[in-house]
Amino acid sequence: MTERTAQSDLLYSETEDDLRAAVRSLLTDRAGHQELLGRIESDSPYVPGLWKALAGDMGAAGLLVPEKLGGQGASHREAAVVLEELGRAVTPAPYLTSAVVATETLLALAGESTPAAELLSGLASGRTVAVLAVPLSASPYAEPSERSTASTVTGVADAGAADVLLVSRADGLYAVPAGEATVEPQIPLDLTRPLARVTTEAGSGTLLAGPDAAAAAIRRGLLAGAGLLASEQLGLAEWCLEETVRHTRERHQFNRPVGSFQALKHRMAQLWLDVVGARAAARAAADALATGSPDAPLTVAVAQAYCSKVAVRAAEECVQLHGGIGMTWEHPAHIALKRAKSDQLALGSAGRHQDAIAALVDLPAPA
Amino acid sequence: MTDAEELRSLTRQLLADHPPATTDRTDFLRARFDAGLAWVHYPVGLGGLDAPRALQAVVDTELAAAGAPDNDPRRIGIGLGMAAPTLLAYGSDEVKRRFLRPLWVGEEVWCQLFSEPGAGSDLAALGTRAVRDGGDWVVDGQKVWTSSAHVARWAILIARTDPDVPKHRGITYFVCDMTDPGVEVRPLRQITGEAEFNEVFLTGVRIPDAHRLGETGDGWRVAQTTLMNERVSIGGARIPREGGMIGKAATTWRERPELRTHDLHRRLLDLWVDAEVARLTGERLRQQLVAGQPGPEGSAMKLGFARLNQAISGLEVELLGEEGLLYGEWEMRRPELVDFTGRDAGYRYLRSKGNSIEGGTTEVLLNIVAERVLGLPSEPRNDKDVAWKDLSR
Repeated sequence: MTERTAQSDLLYSETEDDLRAAVRSLLTDRAGHQELLGRIESDSPYVPGLWKALAGDMGAAGLLVPEKLGGQGASHREAAVVLEELGRAVTPAPYLTSAVVATETLLALAGESTPAAELLSGLASGRTVAVLAVPLSASPYAEPSERSTASTVTGVADAGAADVLLVSRADGLYAVPAGEATVEPQIPLDLTRPLARVTTEAGSGTLLAGPDAAAAAIRRGLLAGAGLLASEQLGLAEWCLEETVRHTRERHQFNRPVGSFQALKHRMAQLWLDVVGARAAARAAADALATGSPDAPLTVAVAQAYCSKVAVRAAEECVQLHGGIGMTWEHPAHIALKRAKSDQLALGSAGRHQDAIAALVDLPAPA
Repeated sequence: MTDAEELRSLTRQLLADHPPATTDRTDFLRARFDAGLAWVHYPVGLGGLDAPRALQAVVDTELAAAGAPDNDPRRIGIGLGMAAPTLLAYGSDEVKRRFLRPLWVGEEVWCQLFSEPGAGSDLAALGTRAVRDGGDWVVDGQKVWTSSAHVARWAILIARTDPDVPKHRGITYFVCDMTDPGVEVRPLRQITGEAEFNEVFLTGVRIPDAHRLGETGDGWRVAQTTLMNERVSIGGARIPREGGMIGKAATTWRERPELRTHDLHRRLLDLWVDAEVARLTGERLRQQLVAGQPGPEGSAMKLGFARLNQAISGLEVELLGEEGLLYGEWEMRRPELVDFTGRDAGYRYLRSKGNSIEGGTTEVLLNIVAERVLGLPSEPRNDKDVAWKDLSR
């Protein structure tokens, strides 16, 4: 077909399918749910060696980074596929925080800032993990003045795994080595994405950018994070649905597989419809970010408003349709539920994204 | 194999030989059919060129740019979406040559005689009888919910030819002549006040055996071709953002600030997001079809649109406040076309109630998704091994 249009590409390429297979196989071997259940209450839920294999050996951390800055020169489309797999497996890994949000923030500065460019090449290779020191719930739409510039920031995701913290202060964005910061773990709802309270001293670290450039870069980082979070939510929802279908086909009650009861079948079919929609929405967001489309802010907001609801619904249905088994600590359903619920608040709630949509498409609230 | 370049040049040749500005609409459509540019994936001589289905877009784009008339797929939807693929798969050469051209051109409208008062979702329970009489079949029974029966020239019909075997096995598929004196069409007035559907009474209707599609008793399998095509017929066109019913509600919201409330704002945004995601899902399905990887997502489309149309039109009535209490007109009309987004909000609200019933109820389609897509076990059945005549009714 020779017809070409600017319409977004919502399918997966062969390269993306190959990448998916490689990531899935790595996660299945090294970070299965049983492995995870054994780790979530230890000092660190991160599987040793997994980050090196995923980020470094496989090159997944550098997908968003151009080759001349030491990355893979791929795009948000490929990073989205990695996140789908990390969502399916509910993997504890600083991918969204370091390889997407921090990376995208630094990419906005790399042109002018030598320290940012240098930091970026470390991130791209997976040798360095950096985390933007904002609460996981930070919305891309908040004005910089609303954003915390206090010396202590709470609810920072993956801060414990970070080598470098990107700290926003009144006079700009700083890169602070982890050794110069105080990182105190908090107890997170989502045990697979650790949160911490981060305190840094005024004047510590290296200045990356002044306040205006920093504000724009942070907004870009959070927007890309929100857009790709939709893919994590898609992967998680898909796992919840598949697992629920598998369980209800095998589980017998009243002398029949429970999956043959119409009431349950309808709930799972409805969930499948939601997942089909989530896939289209998440793909559209990844593609819009990858192509730098002017439609990206709207497409991201639509994907977030839709996918965060679908992931929570899928995880809640997974728990319910597993019956008592779904309430146990041994079954991974609760890990998915905790991740889904936490993801719902991450990088702007669905309501914040809807407010953004209202402004973007001119559907204003009542006066 | 025909490629895009070749199709483009054939289309330009058609436009040169029959300039749309000076050619009669029907003549143009006949010429287009004869050039094989009607549905390019159909066989040569039957309106196509055996080309890949995806290449139809090349022809359609060229023709639209030249302002050529189209064959109004809305008016001939049943013929195009249901009768044609079934005729192509099961008709004799003579049947195909006789029916496909006037069907596509729109000179002959088709309707579908499947549902009955006692057999809707359980379609295979149908009781309309067809009895062999020499070279003909004689049909007696009643059909219902038949759109376009009052304007149709031909119908696709399923009837019971053997009551002594289980219900799925004793059905045969026919082409029925709607001008037969035994065919009586009565309007069925609906919830909207209009009569877009009909009841059809069949009394001693004679159908030549040459108008049977598929083997005697194999009509259920033939009907699957028809029904599958009914459900995948969407997916051809790109829908712009706010292209469906949501556009109506959004426009009202923008133009009438005095109607806005916080409650409605939140619900409108929820539905706007759902409508945009449904549009993207449709676009993704379209891209899959073009790439030759059809997925089961088609089933999602009808279910999603039914729910959305109902929710959006319901919100629209509320949004209009006092005006929402009024209705355009209740006078009984017999529209030739179904116009889901036309008329006023009250009409849209009432008409969209049918979206979750027509073409398979939401409940039945959810069962199909659960069983065929997700692989969930079917419910226990007690009608599979019982002769149709022994089933309780």
